[in-house]
Amino acid sequence: MHWETVIGLEIHVQLACDSKIFSSASTAYGKEQNTQASLIDLGYPGVLPVLNKEVVMMAIKFGLAVDAEIADLSIFARKNYFYPDLPKGYQISQYELPIVSGGQLFITLDNGTEKRIGITRAHLEEDAGKSIHDKFPGTSAIDLNRAGTPLLEIVSEPELSSAKEATLYMQKIHQLVRYLKISDGNMQEGSFRCDANVSLKPKDNTELGTRAEIKNINSFRFIENAINYEVERQKEILEQGGSVVQETRLYDSDAGETRSMRTKEEANDYRYFPDPDLLPVKIDKEIIETIAASLPELFNQKVDRYIKTLSIKPVDATAIAKNIELAEYFEDALNTYNGNPQLLANWLITEVMAILNKDKIEIASLSISAKSVSQLIQRIDDGTISSTIAKNIFSQLIESEMSVDELIKDQGLEQISDTNEIEQVIRIVLNENQEQQDQYLAGKEQVLGFLIGKVMQKTQGKANPKLVNDLMVEILSNH
Amino acid sequence: MERFTVKAIQNMLSEKQISATELFDLYRSRIADYDQSLNAFITSDIQPNAAYMTDDQDQESPIDFALTGIPYAAKDIFCTQGIKTTCGSKMLENFIPPYDATVVRRLKTQGAVLLGKTNMDEFAMGSSSETSYFGSVHNPWDIERTPGGSSGGSAAAVAAGLTPIALGTDTGGSIRQPAAFTGITGLKPTYGRCSRYGMVAFASSLDQAGILALSAEDTAIFLESMAGFDPLDSTSVEESVPQYSQYLEENIKGKIIGLPKEFFDGSLGSAYEALIAESIDSYKKLGIVFKEISLPNIGYSVPTYYVVAPAECSSNLARYDGVRFGYRSQNIEDLDEFYRTNRQIGFGQEVKRRIITGTYVLSTGYYDAYYLKAQKVRQLINQDFARAFESVDIILGPTTQTAAFKLGEKIDDPVSMYMNDMYTISANLAGLPAISHPIGFVENLPYGLQLIAPHFKELDLLSLTHQYQKVTDWHQAVPRLLQSSEGND
Repeated sequence: MHWETVIGLEIHVQLACDSKIFSSASTAYGKEQNTQASLIDLGYPGVLPVLNKEVVMMAIKFGLAVDAEIADLSIFARKNYFYPDLPKGYQISQYELPIVSGGQLFITLDNGTEKRIGITRAHLEEDAGKSIHDKFPGTSAIDLNRAGTPLLEIVSEPELSSAKEATLYMQKIHQLVRYLKISDGNMQEGSFRCDANVSLKPKDNTELGTRAEIKNINSFRFIENAINYEVERQKEILEQGGSVVQETRLYDSDAGETRSMRTKEEANDYRYFPDPDLLPVKIDKEIIETIAASLPELFNQKVDRYIKTLSIKPVDATAIAKNIELAEYFEDALNTYNGNPQLLANWLITEVMAILNKDKIEIASLSISAKSVSQLIQRIDDGTISSTIAKNIFSQLIESEMSVDELIKDQGLEQISDTNEIEQVIRIVLNENQEQQDQYLAGKEQVLGFLIGKVMQKTQGKANPKLVNDLMVEILSNH
Repeated sequence: MERFTVKAIQNMLSEKQISATELFDLYRSRIADYDQSLNAFITSDIQPNAAYMTDDQDQESPIDFALTGIPYAAKDIFCTQGIKTTCGSKMLENFIPPYDATVVRRLKTQGAVLLGKTNMDEFAMGSSSETSYFGSVHNPWDIERTPGGSSGGSAAAVAAGLTPIALGTDTGGSIRQPAAFTGITGLKPTYGRCSRYGMVAFASSLDQAGILALSAEDTAIFLESMAGFDPLDSTSVEESVPQYSQYLEENIKGKIIGLPKEFFDGSLGSAYEALIAESIDSYKKLGIVFKEISLPNIGYSVPTYYVVAPAECSSNLARYDGVRFGYRSQNIEDLDEFYRTNRQIGFGQEVKRRIITGTYVLSTGYYDAYYLKAQKVRQLINQDFARAFESVDIILGPTTQTAAFKLGEKIDDPVSMYMNDMYTISANLAGLPAISHPIGFVENLPYGLQLIAPHFKELDLLSLTHQYQKVTDWHQAVPRLLQSSEGND
């Protein structure tokens, strides 16, 4: 039988606020255990939550960016269950009346077509703490630093039909929240993670099959692997005439498989009800309009602008805009640069990306400023240095505190464009390489490159290559 | 033993007839002498706040706030920094909060001095102060009887003169019913008038802090220091706080009081009806006009309340799992077993009954039939009041069906216990301010009536009660129990 895969994703995005969603405690990552939990985060008797208004603004931003409806009245609800890292015995979330509903997003498939993915809803909620099971033998520990961290849970329609599509969608959401500056999207730190609902159904069947939910996947690679594994697992069951059990599963990235966590029978009845400690959130039309007017340029708009106004090649425009930080770096450099933007783009895509890939760092941690890059390219453009020297300087910029111009001056790397000086070197080279000179004069023009190379060597690459070429040809032809 | 009002103490302190330290010591020794028979206090060995104890009577007090040196007691549901706060439960037997409730902090800022923490029904769930883990509270008018609940400790302590005034909380009548049973004045302010921050939550949409006092005037003096918006409580309301005590004499002539026919349907005993009729006469003499009204859905108050309150309580009390604070059993390996044992041992019978009820009404399949339905009825009750207040200023009714009942009489019959609050619950459901004040005695036991006002009209309740108390002396009657032991003081 031919099976169709149906996938819906629930993505949890940690919002980039300094303080928690219902308390003033800090959200900074990696601090000593339980030092960033206030009495409110600890669920002490008598304390009350107070909504951090910033998270509402961020949710609205997201909603507008995916063409969703922003609720004029939205409510927080309690999701009740017991777990040691859930201090109050309930999580404050949203159930009925989420802040964002009915949005959409387009992913670009391999064949170049765009596919629309519906976004059912996005709601605000608090994160739980962390249980630590492997640190103290025989006992579990709890770190509540993360408790109360603001999350936006983005729920897609079950409209993704392969692991590949799910990954594309997740990447697209990741890119979007970073463009909107509502999350750092740091997947290692858990700021961006995903639950995948996966089911299979016979082709052309309208009814959905029984689904399994794979919890807490925090990498693009893992989501693809986990879904592929799960699809195969379910297919095997179905083809042997069995039926899939509705359950929650965990993805074990070491083993490359999903494993059952709990079945439907063991699932909690969350007993959602409106949280009486928090007033309904009312959102005025004016606030929505103000936020809409201040939305940043998004990916598609940026790519368009790069191509149309900066005349950058489409493939390069996409490569740069893909990552908002890279795009911002590019635009920063562009601000102090007077040449052809494509040259700057080339440098970014080749040289800058090479360093990022080699050192496995993000552009934010690159020690070379955008201004330095623009200076460097400017010096190539005005003939001060050759691009070979530029590469040399670029690698020095990582460690050096000197500016581009200082490095050029300090190491005497200015390009030699003095005809007399170059002529002199050419004559020396010709003298030293009589054999090659004769070969050239005998018609073997390929040795020209060898001779030019010698000149460049002697000038430590500083000679203007174009001048060297022209003069060499001229001198040889006068022989 | 003389009971001093806050007003009287303010005069005594300013006239330097007594120092704050002497006053504190006086009440401390009264508690030591009399509380053995009342059990009104859970904690009474608190160090007084030295800043407000003006020992040197010749020296001008450097600190002269509205309540400097005034002793008060707080129900043990208010978190007090460094002072044990048990909520009447084994679960919190040793819980010492690291912070003050907002109302406690505000009183502290105004110079009031905390005498002790009063006994109460466990987590404020009860109407007789019998569900306390720390034993029942006794009514100073008859120690065989309950002082009511859940703020029974506060009521008994004020009535017996062990404190001039006390804080209570009222979720379904927990201030007004004990006030009525002990012959004192009890105010439940508008929902949102006083901050709930630091008040251990029972039913968040109904809980409100209030005052148990010897007079409306004392109530006004404390309320103006306690009330007001608190950024730490989103449900507190940004509404200015009048200086209530300055406006108690305002003209009440011509005010219209509504008498809901549902409150006077013949179910009240004739002796109680007679007292209410008499108090209505007194009000008429003050120029008040009476009018019959109807609150058609008021009969659904009790069942509505016993869905909403347990639902919220089942969630609010989930945090008592023994993981971070509270009762924790030792040597249990299994997580579910750990939770079960902690909560089984840490909570009493009534609390568990309500948690189970609340869990049930919120469960899938029952939510619509119970919780949602109750919310709709609550809406209807709100509308009844809103309609009534279009034609009247105040609504009057009994606070309770009878005077104080005997300890043990109803504790095994939850429904009959719940019916205790049939007259008081509707004000909580609608978030309205309501006051109970004494209007006489039936078989030597005090009895009270209740006035309910529109939102934030506490001043009307206080000025009416104050002017009634100027022409009557029911609120000055002192429990006989203490009269007989007067020689000891």
